[in-house]
Amino acid sequence: MMLETDAVMNHVADVMIQELKLEDVTPETFDPDIDLVDEVGIDSMDLATVALVIQDEYGIRIDEDDYPKLTTVRLIAQYILNKKLS
Amino acid sequence: MKTVSSLLDAHWYERYQRISKLNIRSSIYDVTNRCNLRCKGCFFFSSGEDKAAPEEMHMDAWESFIDREIGRGVNLAILIGGEPTLCLDRVEAFYRRLPTFCATNGLIKVPRDRFPDMMVGISLWGDQADETVLRGKDTFSISSKNYHGDPHAYYLYTITPRQIGHTERIVQKIRDVGLKIHFQLLSNDEGVDGFSWKPGEMKAIQDEMDEMLEKYPDTVISSRYYHEIITTGKMLDRSFGWNECPSVTEPLDTRKPGTKRLIHFIRWASDLKTMHRCCTSETRDCSTCKDGAAHMSWVMVNKRAHMRSRVDIQNWIEVYEMFAKLYQFIPW
Repeated sequence: MMLETDAVMNHVADVMIQELKLEDVTPETFDPDIDLVDEVGIDSMDLATVALVIQDEYGIRIDEDDYPKLTTVRLIAQYILNKKLS
Repeated sequence: MKTVSSLLDAHWYERYQRISKLNIRSSIYDVTNRCNLRCKGCFFFSSGEDKAAPEEMHMDAWESFIDREIGRGVNLAILIGGEPTLCLDRVEAFYRRLPTFCATNGLIKVPRDRFPDMMVGISLWGDQADETVLRGKDTFSISSKNYHGDPHAYYLYTITPRQIGHTERIVQKIRDVGLKIHFQLLSNDEGVDGFSWKPGEMKAIQDEMDEMLEKYPDTVISSRYYHEIITTGKMLDRSFGWNECPSVTEPLDTRKPGTKRLIHFIRWASDLKTMHRCCTSETRDCSTCKDGAAHMSWVMVNKRAHMRSRVDIQNWIEVYEMFAKLYQFIPW
């Protein structure tokens, strides 16, 4: 499970970097606990962009009402895994 | 990777934290189709929006509509018109339910026993001479008596081209009646002679607004970056216009996905069913629109774009703070 969480976090970070064109960071160096809204400057439209890709790739649905909870890469990864399990 | 904290020192980061979680979700409501003035250049009447839909007359319909708006996530109601104070029962229905801002010409005093802390924005178009030409009367002489010293009111001073070189006396008059002031620029929607901006005048008024902000920091609620954006129509090498405007009604927004915009924003007509295209009139040329709130919002929805340097993110913070003060999310 631990490995799977790490793999999902790595992939979420990669999606963030690619979709939002974040510079000077790689999936490996992306701090999974950094606050995406407060520190990276990501807004709900950015999250919607990332959510579209994640939904397609993992076959889950991300409710817009859940966006405020998805404030770090780690929380997004856990959200994906919980959805896959339910 | 650039982060906000890596760009800011402790002072600016503290300011940032004060606003970073406000998550303002505004929408605009035409409270009524009627007004007690008919100003030349008012987009609401010049574009026929007053005839777009009949007013909803039943208070229970207003109340249930507002409850649905809250359910939609709206946490700031911006009331315009017509003149909202002609229908105080409708204004009160908003005020009792959620943070509410009321735009008014100031001719009717909002009774503070019913609305103790509702923020009121009083429109003022130029000086006494401009007001007489454009609005048919000098509203300041009345509104300044109605709202003298009111801590929950400020003047939305719409600067006309004729005000260049003369704004200071208006700022002083407003300071002397104990109120704050926020600058806007006339869009002259009805093409009144002598009230259209000429090349070169924008730079002159930008410099003058900067000077007023520096000289009267306790009276003027503004920022130099806002002055730059509103006068040049440029932000970070991008030009304001239809493809950039954040204040388009969301269900009517057919632009390409990804346009940075106000989430869930709608401008409702007073039948509570009809939606207007945007926060002003759709007859206006977006590329020359001077709407102040739209330009502020343009900056606010583009936070990440302002993370390219310390100065850029500080500019973003100042504009966000200005908006938050004007709509009472943080104190003056």
